[in-house]
This record gives sequence, C-alpha cells and structure tokens, in this order.
Amino acid sequence: MRIVVCIKQVPATNDAVIDPETKRIVREGVQAILNPFDTYAIEEAVRLRARLGGGVEVLAISMGPPRAEAVLREAVALGADRGILLSHRAFGGSDTWATSYVLSQAIRTIGNVDLVICGKQAVDGDTAQVGPGIAAHLNWPQAALVSAVREVSTQHLVVVRMHEDGHDVCELSLPAVLTVVKGINVPRVPSLKGVLAARKSEIPVWTPEMIGADPAKIGLDGSPTRVVRTAPPPPRNKESLRFTGTAEVCAGGLLRELRKRSLL
Amino acid sequence: MRLAKLEERENFRNIWVMAEWSSGRIQPVTLELVGAARPLADARRSEVWTVVLGTGIADRQLNELIACGSDIVLVVDDPAFTNFVDETEARVLCALIEKHRPESVLCGATTRGRALIPRVAVQTNTGLTADCTQLAIDPENGNLLQTRPAFGGNLMATIYCANFRPQMATVRPRVMSARPPDASRRGRVIRGTLPTVSAAACKRVLEVFHSSEPGVNLADARFIVAGGRGVKGKEGFNLLRRFATMVGGAVGASRATVDAGWIPYAHQVGQTGQTVQSQVYLACGISGQIQHLVGMQSCDCIIAIDKNPDTSMMKLADITVVGDLFEVLPELIRQVSIT
Repeated sequence: MRIVVCIKQVPATNDAVIDPETKRIVREGVQAILNPFDTYAIEEAVRLRARLGGGVEVLAISMGPPRAEAVLREAVALGADRGILLSHRAFGGSDTWATSYVLSQAIRTIGNVDLVICGKQAVDGDTAQVGPGIAAHLNWPQAALVSAVREVSTQHLVVVRMHEDGHDVCELSLPAVLTVVKGINVPRVPSLKGVLAARKSEIPVWTPEMIGADPAKIGLDGSPTRVVRTAPPPPRNKESLRFTGTAEVCAGGLLRELRKRSLL
Repeated sequence: MRLAKLEERENFRNIWVMAEWSSGRIQPVTLELVGAARPLADARRSEVWTVVLGTGIADRQLNELIACGSDIVLVVDDPAFTNFVDETEARVLCALIEKHRPESVLCGATTRGRALIPRVAVQTNTGLTADCTQLAIDPENGNLLQTRPAFGGNLMATIYCANFRPQMATVRPRVMSARPPDASRRGRVIRGTLPTVSAAACKRVLEVFHSSEPGVNLADARFIVAGGRGVKGKEGFNLLRRFATMVGGAVGASRATVDAGWIPYAHQVGQTGQTVQSQVYLACGISGQIQHLVGMQSCDCIIAIDKNPDTSMMKLADITVVGDLFEVLPELIRQVSIT
C-alpha cells in the first residue's frame, strides 16, 4: 500500500509580483517555503503509516520548477520515504484543473496508491480545488477539511470533517483523497536521521510523457481558466478614526460610530 | 466541456445557482447568489435557475428563491441528500448540467461548495474560479469575468474561461447582496427531473455534530470579535464571547492564541485558519502579523482595540481605540446592555 502526499512550494511572503505577459505569479527570486498546510498532510501520512503497521510507503509529490525539489527533500526529512518532482516547461501555467490532472496522472503512474493526502489549500492560490480535483480525475471518494482520522485500515477510513457550524464523521472506502486542516496533528521537527536521509534522497524528475499526460490537458493551453487582468485591491479608507481616553468615552464613541454606520 | 468552436457557446444558456443546503434548510448564501446571478442573466436575456439538492425542502423556501430572483427552481428532493456526500451530489449535479447545459454555475464558497464544485468542474471538464468577490458578464458572448483576491487579498485577479462551458465560480458568503423578495415575481418549480438518486456506496456519514459552542461560525458572521495575545488567556476569550453574543457575532482568534490552547482551531483567522469577510472585524489585542492580516483584511470595517497605537493592526484598522481591552470591552458590554 502507498500513501501519496501532494505538496507545493509557495512564496514565503504574500508580496506578489506578477508577470505582465502571462499574468501569472513570478516565482523567481522570491524565497520559497513548503505550503504550511502541507506539513500537516505529511505528518498525517507518516502517522497513518505507523498505525497501519508494515508494508506502507509514503511518497511526496510536487509539481513545480526544478527548485521545488527543496520541499520534497523537506518532506523526506519529515518522514516521507521518497519524493518525486513533476517538472517540465509544458506543465507551466497550469490552473487547478490541469494541476489536479497532472497529479492524478502521477498517482496512476506510481501505482498501488490507496490514499492521497493534500493540505486544505495552498496559501498562494487559496483555491482548495486541487484536492477534490484529484479525487474527481481518479474517480475516488474524497473528504475535505479533515480534522481527525478516527479509524484506518487497508480498506477504509473513518474521518472527521470540519463544517462551518460543527463537524461530521464519515466512513470512506479506499482508495480515497483527503484534504487536511491544521488541527489534525502537531507536525514533528525533522530528526537528524530524517535530515540525513533527505540529503541523500534521490528525487527523480518526471515529465509529461513519463506520466502519460495528454499534452492538450496540461499547462497554460490545457487550462480552462485564464487570468486576464490583475490589479491591486481597492484601497481601504485611509481616514481612520481614533478614540482615546477613558474606557467609558471610547466605548461610547465606538458604539455611536457603529450605529451611525448601521453596523450594530 | 471544451468547445471545439466558439459558436458552440450558443448551446449553453442560463445562469445557475447551486443552493447551499445544510442543517435542513436552504442557507442565506443561496439568495445572495441569486441576487448576483439576476443582473448577469438579464444582460444575457436568459434565466436564473436555482438547483436545490436536499430532503424535506419547505415550499416556502422554494417560493422565496423565486421571489428573490430565480426563474426556475430545479429541485431534487431525496433522502440521499440528508447529509453531505460529495460524490452523490456531484453525480446528480453533473447529470443535470449535461442535460440542461447552463452557461454559468455559481456556488457558495462554503466548506460544502468548495469540496463539491471542484469535483463537478473536473467531471464536466470545465473551468472553475474560487472565492470570487465580483462577477461581470460580456453580454455578447456570455464570458463571465470573475474577480477574486489572490495572495491573501494583496492582489485582485480577473479570470475567465472562454473556451469551456459551463463557466463555474464559487462566491464567498456575505459578499453579494440578496434582492428584497418580490412576492409577485413569477417562476416555476421543477421537481424530480432525475428518476432515481442512488447514494454513493463509497461514503457513509455516520454522525453529524452541530457545535454547541456559540460564535463558531465565522463564515456567516456579520460581526466578528477576535482576540490575540493581548487577551491573555481562556478567561479573556470569555469576555470576547460575551460581547459577540450580545451583537449576534462570532469569535475569531489569532494563531498564537489557538496554539496556546486558549480557544479551538475552528476560530482561527488567517493563513493557516480561515479567511473571513465580515461587515465588522473587531480585533482585540491582535498585533497583526501578516499571516493574520491576509485572513481578514477584506472585511468591510476593521476596528482595533490595543494599548499600543503602533501595531500593524492599529495601522490597518478603520477605527482604533487606544486602550486596555479589559476596560473597554466590559464598558462596551455595559453600554450595549443598557440601550
């Protein structure tokens, strides 16, 4: 049995620089990190491997430029058995449809995969669409926003899903795709052994041909959506109102203002 | 589906709204989406269809969808929709889309919508844009111009999907406005267009828990009272909860307070928590790390209470109160309770 964790390298800050030509994010020259939600996905995979006993392999995969290899090494340091980088010019400009297609093709190619775990969303795009997209491409069941895995076997999972006003518990047959939230675990700090393993680990680079990807379904041309325009957000009202003085005066002033703006 | 020729766009018609069905009723975001869909459909001289997948749906709610702007309400009322099973809903919605061929499909960017619609978009082979805050339409060809915040709201991206239909978008709750109901509006309710709904065998919902804790629903809240390190502990959050309850709001929290165990993760706002867009965000003792700001900077009115007037949050806020939250909040509670 194999567990695949899909991870992404994201810019460390949200100071976005946009290529005026492609309207896509410029990733060169910006410090890059492992998407914060993905650390929970890696940790959960490593914990499930332990709960399932022997014979389970955890693989981390990522689509991105060559330097995204760094997050795969980080995944190995955090306990993944190995990493695979999906990197090729033809993957560039993929939207969430094309990205989830590429990842699903890699999962098919890896073979013997029973569980895919993704972070809830990547903090640069914030779409949360790739996890369910992979499930749809594979035609596997999915559970989004998982905050706990109550039961696990090689056949099924019982998971807790977060909702706006509470949670539910559901049983899924494997193979399946999960997206996980921060509350699910506390990720470990890489061990010395992990760091050494990460340094030595071979990270193969897979191309579209190696995963049997249809060229018409990948990259900018294979993506249904296109960014046509980017702009700074509308400026906030710069005139801010300040209350100082006693608590009574401040509270009174604030309440008056809220009522004046019909906000209370 | 991908269009072989652009003229094939004409085979797709009407703006669909996927209703948010949860807790046994149609949720308010549905009426907001109908309100957003109405001018788009008018610009295209087409109709607004609202699709409701639920069980035991009240006629009153269906009529309300018409009064608020729907022309057609497509209802599949089946016990299979008692709980949220992504696979069942996706299969039914895909079948309806293939049969009726809408030009665009809008859905709430809720926990359910954000799980369901990406699955539907892949299965119907079309494009999807997440968390739109603005929608416009090209009246000539029906291309939907979908604007969404990216990079935590530091950038607005406008996205379109010219060569695929239907175009799909999720829209955050409380961003669009519902139209006032007009009881004289005419519309049609179409029931049970699918003969049988078979529940997905791959998933079973075993239990559903609605949080008994007040103020946990950040997505639907008009008013969020949020606390940071300045709240000092669990007891401090009780004070925030009291005020939030009085104003009918929810309680938010910074990452530091969640990690310290002062309040559950469901309340966390920011990069590794939730992105919120309430009318009022009252930040109490939150210094305003960038990771927190990206989760709340799109709120309409930001208020900050802090002893330190120079924090990032105090700089971002529209209204600031320089003072001790342990003095100001009790005073707010006192003054609200006597008015």
